[in-house]
Amino acid sequence: MTANISVEAALRLRFRRLVNRNFRVGLAFIAMFILLTINAALNPRFFTAPVLTSTSNQAMTLIFAGMAQTSVVVTGGIDLSVGPIISLTNSLASTLFPRNVPGGIGAIIVVLLAGALCGLVNGLIVVYGRLQPIIVTLATASIFGGIALYLRPTPGGFVPDWYNAVLTQRIFGLIPASLVFLLLVILVVWTPFRRSRLGMWVYATGSNEAATYMSGINVNRAKLAAYMMGGLLAAIAGLFITAQTQSGNASTGAVFTLQSIAVVVLGGTSLFGGSGGVSGTIAGGFTLRLISGILFFANVNPLQQPLWEGAVMLIAVVAGASRIFTVKNRLDILR
Amino acid sequence: MTTIAKSASSARSWFANMDSQNRSAVIAYLLIAVLIILGSIFVTPNFMTPTFLLQQLRQASFLGIIAAGQMVVILVGNIDLSVSWTLNLAAVVATAIAAGRNDLLIPGILAGLAIGAIVGLINGIGVAYLRIPSMVLTLGTNTVLKGIMVFYTGSAPQFQKTPDFLSYVATEIIGGVIPITVLVWAVVSIISIFVLHRSTLGRKIYAVGNNEVAAYLSGIRTPRVLVGAFVLSGVLNALAGLLIAGNAGRSFNEMGEPFLLPSIAAVVIGGTSILGGSGKYIGTIAGVIIIRLLDSGLSVMQVSPAARSIIFGLVILTMLFLYGRGEKARK
Repeated sequence: MTANISVEAALRLRFRRLVNRNFRVGLAFIAMFILLTINAALNPRFFTAPVLTSTSNQAMTLIFAGMAQTSVVVTGGIDLSVGPIISLTNSLASTLFPRNVPGGIGAIIVVLLAGALCGLVNGLIVVYGRLQPIIVTLATASIFGGIALYLRPTPGGFVPDWYNAVLTQRIFGLIPASLVFLLLVILVVWTPFRRSRLGMWVYATGSNEAATYMSGINVNRAKLAAYMMGGLLAAIAGLFITAQTQSGNASTGAVFTLQSIAVVVLGGTSLFGGSGGVSGTIAGGFTLRLISGILFFANVNPLQQPLWEGAVMLIAVVAGASRIFTVKNRLDILR
Repeated sequence: MTTIAKSASSARSWFANMDSQNRSAVIAYLLIAVLIILGSIFVTPNFMTPTFLLQQLRQASFLGIIAAGQMVVILVGNIDLSVSWTLNLAAVVATAIAAGRNDLLIPGILAGLAIGAIVGLINGIGVAYLRIPSMVLTLGTNTVLKGIMVFYTGSAPQFQKTPDFLSYVATEIIGGVIPITVLVWAVVSIISIFVLHRSTLGRKIYAVGNNEVAAYLSGIRTPRVLVGAFVLSGVLNALAGLLIAGNAGRSFNEMGEPFLLPSIAAVVIGGTSILGGSGKYIGTIAGVIIIRLLDSGLSVMQVSPAARSIIFGLVILTMLFLYGRGEKARK
């Protein structure tokens, strides 16, 4: 009898912990599903392969940019160089791509390494320079943007058609290739990292750096890994936008820096670090893009669209980030 | 010989014993001197002439006014990312109300400044009372302001030409020596120095930036200080927006974009801690001048935009290292 009760209590506790831990990420997914439903109601052709593919393609660069930002935000830092790394990798890809496939794969690997190197530079300066991430990445953003401009002073370059087809078309005419690509990135890049000891250290560092250090964990290595992962994911965003536009442009990434922060917050990851993750970010990225879809199909005046997008984003972000509703002690608010 | 060595060592100990905030300002002004000397050697001999330097100050005054507001927000431990579209909206509304006529200029200016104050108030209330991280909230208000601008102006802004008097204020150089915008920047700077370093409000601003809980427990109404900082930033952004429009002779979309990141960079180059609570206003002036001199020097030398961007980033990093690194993880 008593055993039953304690099992029940334990289950209830576990359930409550599950809900508490994933509350904000869950909200992000609920928002995404509501917007999906509205989209489907407004546009009967929404769940057809071409529309789904274009929706997914439009959201994908932003999602990868948001994932890059998430990796750094989890440590309690911020990366203002996400956009310029996207520009840099996009410019690099457009100059490197040869016509043949094996050479193309080589080019992709070089571009990924370049992105990871950018992230490593950020991490090294933040960790060993002991400077604040926000200004370090503000400075490196200027440097990476300059390198992008050096690689590609004027928009252009060559990107083969097969590369565009592999990433942005449909598989068997049904499944959006970009969604499969996203799944692949999650399974091959993010999940192994998140599940590894290093991934756990990253979350611990963001949660309480001093305590993590005291527990004998190599805080520096965790931070370096997170920044490097951020650079790598930004490079993936750069590679995707290269496939999408089939050209290189040194200013193509600029908008993604601030948008990536918005997506991270929409996805329920705390800017103070230590919580959240890429699943929420993905929901946040789709949410932001679905809003524009709804406004388009609801025949909202195109001139009003940016205003409504901004307003919805502001409300969502305020609701998600405001701490006044969750804090019990008045003094806790100030911390 | 010995006197030189003695004075050098006394200079070194003076430098070492200085308050770190003052040391940062001294480093920043030394960099200005180095830039002017390098400029007159490598770029053009004109670099050292008062005419050229005053011209640079005139160009810098727009960023200077914005940076003054940004600095106060950074001092209280926050950041204002809504700079670009606040100043844009203020300028566009002001020129629309003035409709190119001098007699309607005053209502236009008042409306512009009011918009800055309202945006600042919204930001401040959100940060101070709803406890939304400023980076998120100001990013959001910036997006909404952009939306309002696109809706309000459509594809072609109306009445975009500024009244002659506003253009006069923004471009006139009194007696061929002192530009009016520099005077405006000087007035803003004097008020800022007085408020930050000589008033109780200034002490409160530094206290909130250093430790908000301690400030609150000492009886400072910290939310009001936060709201005040954001309102000040909004009004100064609007003021800068009016002058930028006057300088260009018209208001236009995206006129504020080139000012957001430089305003943060100027404050940081000036030695203010991005975490808040420490920094001298005089350093921010130096930061603005450094950015301006770098920009104009490199463009006169016809350095490519790519190299200019890289050099700019390296200068920020170098200054950060000169100002000293943070504590180690074990706290």
